[in-house]
Amino acid sequence: MSAPLTGELAQIGKSVVIKGDLTGSEDLYVDGQVEGSISLKTNSLTVGPNGQVKASVEAKGVVVQGRLEGNVQASDRVELRKSAVVTGDISTQRISIEEGAYLKGKIDIQGKAEAKAAQK
Amino acid sequence: MMASVTQNFMKLFRGSSGGPEANSPAQASQRLTRRSSGLGELARTWDTEKRDTEKSLCVLDLGSTSAPNIRHFTERGHRIYSEDLLTSSTEPGLVTKDEQGNVVLDSRKFLEDNLVYPAAHFDVVLCWNLPDYLDESLVRPVVGRLWSVLKPGGMLLAFFHTRDAGPDSPCYRFHIVGSDTLEMQRIVLRKEARRGPTGAIHTAITDGLQLQRVFNNRHIENLFRDFASIKFFLARDNLREVLVVR
Repeated sequence: MSAPLTGELAQIGKSVVIKGDLTGSEDLYVDGQVEGSISLKTNSLTVGPNGQVKASVEAKGVVVQGRLEGNVQASDRVELRKSAVVTGDISTQRISIEEGAYLKGKIDIQGKAEAKAAQK
Repeated sequence: MMASVTQNFMKLFRGSSGGPEANSPAQASQRLTRRSSGLGELARTWDTEKRDTEKSLCVLDLGSTSAPNIRHFTERGHRIYSEDLLTSSTEPGLVTKDEQGNVVLDSRKFLEDNLVYPAAHFDVVLCWNLPDYLDESLVRPVVGRLWSVLKPGGMLLAFFHTRDAGPDSPCYRFHIVGSDTLEMQRIVLRKEARRGPTGAIHTAITDGLQLQRVFNNRHIENLFRDFASIKFFLARDNLREVLVVR
């Protein structure tokens, strides 16, 4: 099950390389390379199978199919698909992990109140 | 002389298995349930500690990433760290040669990238079957690092095969499904994890996760000699469960 997308979707294709800070108020699909930080407080990030993200991530929902290196703060949920390779600490309310996903880091499951406080 | 005998014994099973790629997908997805006395004792200890001190534990799971394990600990208010050391040990960049020209894994580089935590950080380390499948050049350095990241009084759970298990014993991931119950699922290494930067599969790691050796009780005691105490639990499925306290 994917994290629910919330309307508009921006896509970063697999040949695109971005270095810097990304912020936005629409869902984001990354199949290329991003280095820096990603902040989508009320929206979802999906790292596609070719995606390589080296960034701290703050989003409502995060789905990882590719590689993600950096800490993840998700106010709702995190999904690691079987091809996911994640290195970093994850803080979220809910997490699902498919068999075969690789995770190296701390997992912090927060209640709704904690997640809201962390977002402020 | 003794070291040489030990080394030969340690290599008893190396190179004699076809590796996990021979497994069918059905075998890989099958889950077996087993009762774990070591886990049961560990659970009783941490439940007592939680009840008496209201303190949440800090747990390090060194097996394959497991959603049930994460759920098990976070539901009880504990903090869990996940680090799949066996997969990390298949990193092609670790392959090097020792002074005799033998292919080994670079333990110093491995410990620069893995198990990087403050000293005395964890209350519990779940090793599962890591020592049996980890490359020999990494076993002692890893156990040394685990000693330093465990708190004094902290506990480590590890499983060791007995000789009767045989050389083709599959490597499993362990899911905690009860206070003393585990589900075991056969691990199939992802092919990409075994390819070098050029895309070629390195000859030193083509066998994937196979049983590297069989430790007897004395080897195990020696491996954990810096720890304060060690307790063995013999299981019916040719496994020895070991609970050590730092």
